[in-house]
Amino acid sequence: MSAAGDGSGRIVEIRGLSKSFGELEVLSGIDVTVEAGEVVCVIGPSGSGKSTLLRCVNMLEVPTAGSVHVSGVELTHRDVDIDAARRMIGMVFQQFNLFGHLSVMDNVTIAQRRVLRRSKSEAERVARENLAKVGVAEKASSYPPQLSGGQQQRVAIARALSMNPEVMLFDEPTSALDPELVGDVLGAMRQLAEEGMTMLVVTHEMQFAREVADRVLFMDEGVLVEQGPPSQVIADPHHERTRTFLARVLNPTHSGE
Amino acid sequence: MVGMNDPATVTEPRGTGLPGSARFSPRRRRQISQAVQYTLFVAVALTLVLVADWERVQRGFFDGTSAASMFPELITVAMKNTVIFTITGYVFGFALGLVVALMRLSSAVPNRIVALVFIEVFRGLPALLVFILIGFGLPIAFPGFSLPFGIYGTVALALGLVAAAYLAETFRAGIQAVPRGQMEAARSLGMSYSRAMVTIVVPQAIRIVIPPLTNELILLFKDSSLVFALGLTAATTELTKLGRDVSIEFATSTPLLLAGATYLVITVPLGYAVRRLEARQAKERR
Ligand SMILES: Nc1ncnc2c1ncn2[C@@H]1O[C@H](COP(=O)(O)OP(=O)(O)OP(=O)(O)O)[C@@H](O)[C@H]1O
Ligand SMILES: [Mg+2]
Repeated sequence: MSAAGDGSGRIVEIRGLSKSFGELEVLSGIDVTVEAGEVVCVIGPSGSGKSTLLRCVNMLEVPTAGSVHVSGVELTHRDVDIDAARRMIGMVFQQFNLFGHLSVMDNVTIAQRRVLRRSKSEAERVARENLAKVGVAEKASSYPPQLSGGQQQRVAIARALSMNPEVMLFDEPTSALDPELVGDVLGAMRQLAEEGMTMLVVTHEMQFAREVADRVLFMDEGVLVEQGPPSQVIADPHHERTRTFLARVLNPTHSGE
Repeated sequence: MVGMNDPATVTEPRGTGLPGSARFSPRRRRQISQAVQYTLFVAVALTLVLVADWERVQRGFFDGTSAASMFPELITVAMKNTVIFTITGYVFGFALGLVVALMRLSSAVPNRIVALVFIEVFRGLPALLVFILIGFGLPIAFPGFSLPFGIYGTVALALGLVAAAYLAETFRAGIQAVPRGQMEAARSLGMSYSRAMVTIVVPQAIRIVIPPLTNELILLFKDSSLVFALGLTAATTELTKLGRDVSIEFATSTPLLLAGATYLVITVPLGYAVRRLEARQAKERR
């Protein structure tokens, strides 16, 4: 435990975070905080380290330097109970990562039962509630391969929500989806944001960032280039690099690539 | 063999064939080559049939008296024991193989070394040697100690060790074939590494490797015949041993043939099941 969670409402506090893979420095000296109920979107070019940043928040990658606190618990402390700490952090992956051998209901209940020790009926009640919230209640007995990508991703969201996390991490949750399925997933995320969930979202959906984010972070080459409300970072960026990136993303047909 | 030639590989590229082959279209040439293959095959078969001494063949391989004398022991004792030896060995080898595979993939170096040594030793040693070491070496090394269930315990241990080395490598391949995201998703939900392994990764890994797992069961049926090295009684005899004993008694190979056919009665359906499973998996992947 440390002083980071002293009631100031800070859910995520990242300080001086660096990460190298061998010689390659992917993140250098990142400082980010996320307040309770805040929605923070991370944008930036491919390879800039967005996924790595997110994966450092729940220690799927172990940072090379710096610290990460979530709800006052220092995850980078070497004596931390990492499994207990991860229960506070929900994560949604680009590739959904539903458990292929389990039904939708079992996907959503297995960690509740094995990790939180909830009873079967309690776990199923929570699962139904969250499946209904993201609009896939009728799929409870299906298996992941029988679902569309959009449905799978919403089940993944329900699975993470069912652990009652303090914060939800999303790593490009719609990038692997057919365009017509993106809306359902973004809709579920928007609803979650409106309910006050604390969210850290890596995304290329500028429309979503503009409308839902309280704050937007722009990353490039492992550094946090700028941050601010979407009206500023997206509409009126201060940095040249941000401007170049946005020009390419918002107007893809005009880029030379 | 002639029949194994793929017609496509027999077709020669245009211009490199025999003089005059350009007169035939590729299709025609393929037909000719096939006709030649079948003719050869029939000729070989006919020669064998004509040259064989049929009276001796009948006495050697289709002798009714010796065959009749094998029943009902062939089924009630020999086949039953072969199945018991194989299944107990397989179950033990399955569990041990899984543990060894997990050790092999562990992040702790000593675990990996122990697993690697185990795999190399038991994969490299002839199965017969393992049987002798377990059957005669163990009692010498540990006087007064004896495995439970007598010969059945010894065979389960020896066959299990032989199977475990192969099964461990199969499990390892299966575990590595499960996408990394499965482990990550499980860990992100607060599961420990071992819980995620046991509840999420291993069940999917086993599904992936069911065909090779079944193949190894088939191989183990054959290896179970090595228990003869331990000396078997009438009650613990198995297929190969019974076949050999009756064969010597009646001076005919018929009992061996019958014992062999009994193996096939077990293994051919298993092989069929493997092919069905493989076909189904190939369809799911597409
Ligand atoms: N496990 C790893 N080992 C080695 N290098 C890695 C590893 N993971 C990521 N990298 C490298 O780190 C850099 C940042 O990767 P990261 O996935 O964080 O980028 P990203 O911003 O999420 O990109 P994208 O938008 O394409 O998802 C890349 O150059 C990548 O090749
Ligand atoms: Mg990424």
